[in-house]
Amino acid sequence: MTALEARSVTVGFGRGRRRLVAVDCVDVALPEASTLGIVGESGSGKSTLARALVGLVPLASGDVLLDGEQLRTARDGRVLDPRRRVQMIFQDPFASLNPRMSVGEAIREALTVRGGSGRGTRAAEVARYLDLVHLDPEVAQRMPSRLSGGQRQRVAIARALAARPEVLIADEITSSLDVSVQSAVLNLMRELRRELGISMIFVSHNLATVRYLSDEIAVMYLGRVVEVGPAECVVSAPQHPYTRALLYAVPSFGGSVLADVELGEPPDPHDPPAGCPFHPCCPVGPHARPERTACIECDPRDGADQRPHRAFCHFATAVADQRAEETAHAARDR
Amino acid sequence: MTAAPLSFDRQRNWWAVHTRTAYLFRRTSRLVVSLVLLLTATFFMIHLVPGDPVRAALGTTAPASLVAARRAALGLDKPLVTQYVDYIRNILHGNFGTSLVSGEHVTDVIRARGPSTFRLAGIAFLVVIGIAVPLGLLMAALTRDSKRRRLELGFTATAGALAAVPSFLTAVALVFFFAVKIHWFPVAGQGGVSSYVLPIASLAIGPIAALSRIVRVEGLRVLEQDYIRTARGKRLPARIVYVRHALPNTLTPTLTVAGLLVGGLVAGTVLVENIFAWPGLGTSLVSAVAQQDYSTVQAIAVIFGAVVLLANFAVDVALGAIDPRSTILDA
Amino acid sequence: MGSSRIAQALRSPVGVVASVGLLAVIVLAIAAPLIWSGDASRIDILHASQGSSSAHWLGTDALGRDILYRVLVATRLSVVLAVLAAAIGAAIGIPIGAVPALFGGRVGRLVTGLINLAVAFPALLVAIFVASIIGVGAHGAVVGIAVAIAPYFARLSQTLSSSVAGSEYLAAARMIGVRRFRLLTRHVLPNIAEPLLITSTISIGDALLSLAGLSFLGLGVQPPRYDWGRMLNEGLNRIYVNPEVALGPAVAITIGALTFALFGEVLAKAAGAGGARRWLRGELPASTVAAGACDGDDVLAVEDLTISFPGGAVPVRSVSLRVAPGEIVGIVGESGSGKTLTAMAVADLLPAAAHVSAAKLCLFGSDPRALSASQRRRLLGRSLAVVYQDPMSALNPALRVGRQVGEVSEVHHGISKRAARDRAVERLRSVRIGSADARARQFPHEFSGGMRQRAVIAMGLMAEPKLIVADEPTTALDVTVQQQILRLLRDVTVSRSSAAILISHDVAVVSQLCVRVVVMYAGRVVEELDVDTLVAGPAHPYTVALVASVPTMESKREQPLASIPGRAPTPYDDIPGCPFAPRCPRASERCRAEMPPLEQHSPTHRAACWHPVNVLEKAAV
Repeated sequence: MTALEARSVTVGFGRGRRRLVAVDCVDVALPEASTLGIVGESGSGKSTLARALVGLVPLASGDVLLDGEQLRTARDGRVLDPRRRVQMIFQDPFASLNPRMSVGEAIREALTVRGGSGRGTRAAEVARYLDLVHLDPEVAQRMPSRLSGGQRQRVAIARALAARPEVLIADEITSSLDVSVQSAVLNLMRELRRELGISMIFVSHNLATVRYLSDEIAVMYLGRVVEVGPAECVVSAPQHPYTRALLYAVPSFGGSVLADVELGEPPDPHDPPAGCPFHPCCPVGPHARPERTACIECDPRDGADQRPHRAFCHFATAVADQRAEETAHAARDR
Repeated sequence: MTAAPLSFDRQRNWWAVHTRTAYLFRRTSRLVVSLVLLLTATFFMIHLVPGDPVRAALGTTAPASLVAARRAALGLDKPLVTQYVDYIRNILHGNFGTSLVSGEHVTDVIRARGPSTFRLAGIAFLVVIGIAVPLGLLMAALTRDSKRRRLELGFTATAGALAAVPSFLTAVALVFFFAVKIHWFPVAGQGGVSSYVLPIASLAIGPIAALSRIVRVEGLRVLEQDYIRTARGKRLPARIVYVRHALPNTLTPTLTVAGLLVGGLVAGTVLVENIFAWPGLGTSLVSAVAQQDYSTVQAIAVIFGAVVLLANFAVDVALGAIDPRSTILDA
Repeated sequence: MGSSRIAQALRSPVGVVASVGLLAVIVLAIAAPLIWSGDASRIDILHASQGSSSAHWLGTDALGRDILYRVLVATRLSVVLAVLAAAIGAAIGIPIGAVPALFGGRVGRLVTGLINLAVAFPALLVAIFVASIIGVGAHGAVVGIAVAIAPYFARLSQTLSSSVAGSEYLAAARMIGVRRFRLLTRHVLPNIAEPLLITSTISIGDALLSLAGLSFLGLGVQPPRYDWGRMLNEGLNRIYVNPEVALGPAVAITIGALTFALFGEVLAKAAGAGGARRWLRGELPASTVAAGACDGDDVLAVEDLTISFPGGAVPVRSVSLRVAPGEIVGIVGESGSGKTLTAMAVADLLPAAAHVSAAKLCLFGSDPRALSASQRRRLLGRSLAVVYQDPMSALNPALRVGRQVGEVSEVHHGISKRAARDRAVERLRSVRIGSADARARQFPHEFSGGMRQRAVIAMGLMAEPKLIVADEPTTALDVTVQQQILRLLRDVTVSRSSAAILISHDVAVVSQLCVRVVVMYAGRVVEELDVDTLVAGPAHPYTVALVASVPTMESKREQPLASIPGRAPTPYDDIPGCPFAPRCPRASERCRAEMPPLEQHSPTHRAACWHPVNVLEKAAV
């Protein structure tokens, strides 16, 4: 049973020469009561995809389904989920709270809209949600300007939860926070997931955080999901060279600066290269191995469903072997 | 399938030339559209006047035959579309119609009095830019990092006060002091060089104060930027930091404000000309409005409006040439 | 806008003047006609057109009416018309400006274009034009000016509403399902009301001036009614004989307009200046000159560095740091730890308001504070390179990259512009920027993030730096690019045998590149250790917690991450004991009362803690 599903979702901006396809025909499925992590760097389209799922940006084509029923299609434009079953938490805790509304009022607003609670119980409910995110009930009186980044982010989480969503989408919620505060918020997400059984999509550029929280990981590059699979499998046996590059690039505590894996200059998103969009940067692509012309000529999307982790790479299995070799190399260097 | 990528240089040059031409094209078409809108708006002016404009101009005692003759002469009997087309065609040929009151060709009036106005406005513009920009930049350099707070306060207060005083009040004060009390300059009329001094001063003082304040604020903003810290980090001498690094970045906002300035000066001439009995379009405009001479008002509005639009266009083009990012960022 | 801030602003000298002025104008507008109407309209032909006298302070007009009284009585008409014009202008302009944000798409773009077009035309001309259509007189003038002011309101309203419309809190509210009406009243309006109110107040002043101008031209208020502009018109003809007749109205116009403008500015200041800056009046300690002599071959030796700002913030307290030639030292800390300021102090790039004191500050063997300005420039320009956090803002957008990189050599090596350019191209090539020659002619916005940072590094390499200060050089970059930059930094330091200080909040990054690490917390150095010890087991509880709280690829997914409860102290807090005590699991009474000094645990390890971790185990080895 999938809670949320995206089918061939495409999102574009601009027109004519300035057209940018931010999300390119993406299929993702979020199983119920599980967490899907979407990881990618800047320009990968992960935040745009998250916004498209919630309804903040219009779809150019494709469908979004919730519990099997259609939530929005391209024709809907900006129609939002009428029953508010999908909620989002944003990256910037300073921008996502109305500076002129107290914390309690913001949460109350979410409760009121959802309905089902009388005036009297609302204050108690607000306190309950604040408690859920480990905040003192007296915080309800404060204005956002008096709170720290971590506290604001928790208020945003409480507000999203107060709307009783079925799916929660967290878009880079820890990226603007200090290191010591990040772990507290991550713990909170983990706890909420376990206690409330909520289905969650966790978007981040930080692979370690994504791995920690997610059951499944989807890797995005230039608007496409280039690999998707169970978290531990993707991390231990990545099928796509980009995933490999990402893993390789994660600074390891106490490791040394790694040997040269020179990737080329990233392509222009307005003018993506033919064939596989990753091929100009690919360490095992046509630049390194000129015989691999398939990367320039054929779109690796074709045949992805047959490959492990639905990898968008013509040479997926070969990559796995390569990686084993490289890991051995790295261990020797250290 | 795909052609081999163009060499980096050629690709880049093509794109650069292409965006610049595209920018110019967009701006020019915007100018043309604005001019058309201006002409249309002024055209509808006569038709929006409540009642009969010709009758209003000639007065209630004028004979009906004269009124009818004038109406026919102006083509006000013809259908609206025809009038519109005629109007546009006439303007493009330099024919600005005939005065409702005196019957003379407005084009002659414009040719006679226009140069006086634009000479005044033009010189005032140069004076303002020539004084305000260096002054503002100097103030920015002197008061950065909250140094010399008293100077900052004094400058801001004085400039603020002067900027708030409208040109006609400045003119009155100047006339009073320098023409009536001390007979340095003539009280009114266009004549030799000395007759230009007071009108230009009246026009320029307010804008100098306002513009220098803005230039100072923009200059301060630029000086706070990270790239100035980088320039200081490279231990470049102060002169280079200001002139090579800070100045080009202050030019862009300054140019934009200078464009708006032209409009303000054109408006200012209307007032100043009336005080100094300057034989320009400003005095013509006021008497035309008072006499309800709509065709003259219309024509002068077109002239002034066109000047403003052209000035803004010139600013846009200059910005496109100076600021490397403006051609791309522009929508 | 908190009421306390308004009160505070109004109590300032400017605020007092503005409020008193406004009150006076309002009182006059209401009361003057009631009291002096009679006096103002009393005709006295015998004393017509006279100058100032004891009976008539400002003289009389053509019908012998007292000018002073007329000026006072005219307040009402002048002010009322101005308020009306501003109100109508706002009523027209504000909704129009909100259209692009509400409707978007083609309609929005069209309206935006029209607004931009309308703003270009000077208000007075538009007013005259409109007034000529409607007819001269008070009506025409008010409508004309309202139409002329409307575009400015529209522009402001458009900017404000689009910023709110694009804000995330509005998106969040929409997602929760808040109804449109409540969105408008509770989310949009409260956030745009303030600037609009301020602009409205200021625009009353502008409207007053414009109306006076129109009346002055004879196109505004017509007799027998009179406002200040009309009176100025009448007075001008007699200015040569009785100037005070024109003086009265002129002064009234100026004061009236200034009052509104000033009041508006006071409100603006109350809204803008948040509580962020506390400007306390107080004594700043005098700048201390170096006491320690500069010897030894350390590239950098700093002792007891303290940085403070007016207002009571002390973000760096008693920091000591040593960097040997060729050594790569890392400074680790979270935001607010003072690490960036420390680095900037070393690089002599602090803001001018900063007050620096240090017992010893030696850079390349000399104290930069003891040198003359030009000597200091030469020393630092040739031997010190700085790499900044945000490569986009660190490069000047108006200059070509080659120029910015090359001018270092032009200035410090005295070579020609052409030679400097060639050298710059060669440096760009050495940091792996492809097509370096063409790239040198480009502007920074044409470079990608990683390329920009490489250009900044190339800039620093133009001289032969003995010390490279890198302030969070990879924080703004993608993780795949991060490794490239770190590798570049390492190669550069190795090939030139230069030392480096790498500042980062990322312990892993620091552990990869550096040989020695300094940990900062709340402006102080809490631990100094080499990388092996850092990995094996730090002594300071904060370092331990910091390392533990970062999720790694090996973190156990079934277990919660370690986290540090509470908040770090701010630079304004003066804590007697250990700054980490409130959050430390090992804190005791002593920790809260007494600040622990940096104790030597081994030749390469110092920690400031009364109850350090792992010390016993290490001592036993």
